[in-house]
Amino acid sequence: MDHTALSLIELGAVFFVLGVLGRLAGKIGLSPIPLYLLGGLAFGSGGLIPLQDIGDFTHLASEIGVVLLLLLLGLEYSAAELFTGLKRSWTAGLLDIVLNAAPGAAVALLLGWGPIGALVMAGVTYISSSGIIAKVLGDLGRLGNRETPVVLSILVFEDLAMALYLPILTALLGGVSFLGGLEAVGISLLVITVVLVIALRYGRYVSAIVDSDDREVFLLKVLGAALLVAGLASAMQVSAAVGAFLLGIAVSGSTAHNATRLLEPLRDLFAAVFFVVFGLNTNPASIPPVLGWAVLLAVLTSLTKVATGWWAARRQGLGKLGRARAGAALVARGEFSIVIAGLAVSAGAVVDQLAALATAYVLLMAILGPIAARVVEPLAKGLQRRRGHGHEPATSRAS
Amino acid sequence: MTTVNVEVTPLPGIGVRKDFAIRNGRRVGVVTHRDGQIELIVSKSDDPDACLASLPLTADEAGALANLLGAPQLVAQLTEEHREVPGIITKQLPIKANGPFDGRTLGDTAMRTRTGVSVVAVMRAGQVHPSPNPDFTFTAGDVIVAVGTSEGLEGAMKILKNG
Repeated sequence: MDHTALSLIELGAVFFVLGVLGRLAGKIGLSPIPLYLLGGLAFGSGGLIPLQDIGDFTHLASEIGVVLLLLLLGLEYSAAELFTGLKRSWTAGLLDIVLNAAPGAAVALLLGWGPIGALVMAGVTYISSSGIIAKVLGDLGRLGNRETPVVLSILVFEDLAMALYLPILTALLGGVSFLGGLEAVGISLLVITVVLVIALRYGRYVSAIVDSDDREVFLLKVLGAALLVAGLASAMQVSAAVGAFLLGIAVSGSTAHNATRLLEPLRDLFAAVFFVVFGLNTNPASIPPVLGWAVLLAVLTSLTKVATGWWAARRQGLGKLGRARAGAALVARGEFSIVIAGLAVSAGAVVDQLAALATAYVLLMAILGPIAARVVEPLAKGLQRRRGHGHEPATSRAS
Repeated sequence: MTTVNVEVTPLPGIGVRKDFAIRNGRRVGVVTHRDGQIELIVSKSDDPDACLASLPLTADEAGALANLLGAPQLVAQLTEEHREVPGIITKQLPIKANGPFDGRTLGDTAMRTRTGVSVVAVMRAGQVHPSPNPDFTFTAGDVIVAVGTSEGLEGAMKILKNG
């Protein structure tokens, strides 16, 4: 069999298996991300079925996956929404950073992975999965709930934090000095501010450049613009992902909405490849030694996310059940934790174990998150009842 | 009439929630998704932060619900205005799907000539179309608000039913 035929067969098999896994995940109400990662572990080096012939393709496809993940994240929120989210939730957002980045950083330092390893793990445990959370909230019929805006504005804050964090991480992974790192922070702050102002004032011009009534033309223009911006950002050492994210923010209104609809299937395809490739590059044998740490981090950072949501919801005057729901909704981690770990691994600046820990951690949290969101209500009600009926009703709101 | 304070809450990445508290403290409203999909929300009685129901509605269904809620209001208002004229009443008359006037015009009913009843408004998708012209075309789900004598309205109902 020639090389092309073998590659097509391997690629087809990978996509088909992912499809079956995705269907399985949908049936049991799970995010498909953990199953994609497991799929990658099974295919990859040291796994059951090693794949060699499609490396070039999957490498590029997984990069496109990251670009599309971040582009659609940027498209999701308009610049105005980002600003109001920032104004409304910055205190909760800061608490979120402190509580949830600290456990990851601490474990990395304990394992002797150095300051860069700590920065990477801090990002991995900090960032919630907006994809999983939005889906779970919709599935559970909680979009009309009062805690939902609280949850969403924390997610908005996290996304802005990512726009700052990713360029810094990219610069540090690239091995620049402390001063160089500061420079990267300055540049990224400047670029983000400029993009936000452009998006707010001149968003329709940016939209007009990519917009088209023809679906095919529109798709090519949007995808082309995203890859161009991502590539240029990458060449300027600002991280391809951030370039795509900022482009997503700058495109607004109905153009953003149409672009989301058009790109969603592509994002799902390439992001699946990205998760698989990440799993492929992780040796399954390296997971058991870090499994204990992953479980510890999972428990700790579930509690810290619940605390974050609880606190944020209490500030908005919500009852205890609403606070518990807000906390539990935030627990899920997923795609962006893997994006961060993936950046670190591909830069080669961290130990291999970090990939294993990140994989195990996201496997746990992507499964645990939706479950936590589901069981929190009966659990909280049970606790309230056991403390004595009507002891302190959930309706402690003033208004 | 007391005013109702509708609270508008942006849901970043999803859409907008518009709701208000009714007299007993429970909230009722809609979540409008960015793609235009509408969900009707009703809060729980024991937990005002949570939703008892969150019903996805199509545009047609939302319009039908808006008519059900809006037409009686308009009728009550008109009745109030016609109180000084004895014998005049206001009534809502629905246009049924596949009925004789689904897709035909107001002029086709010849309502005024045959019964003396005037059509003062048509409710469609929660919107009031006041004083419709004879070339106003009905569709299923419209609610006609008509003013006339009780015999006249009786006749108007028969016309809408039998053509």
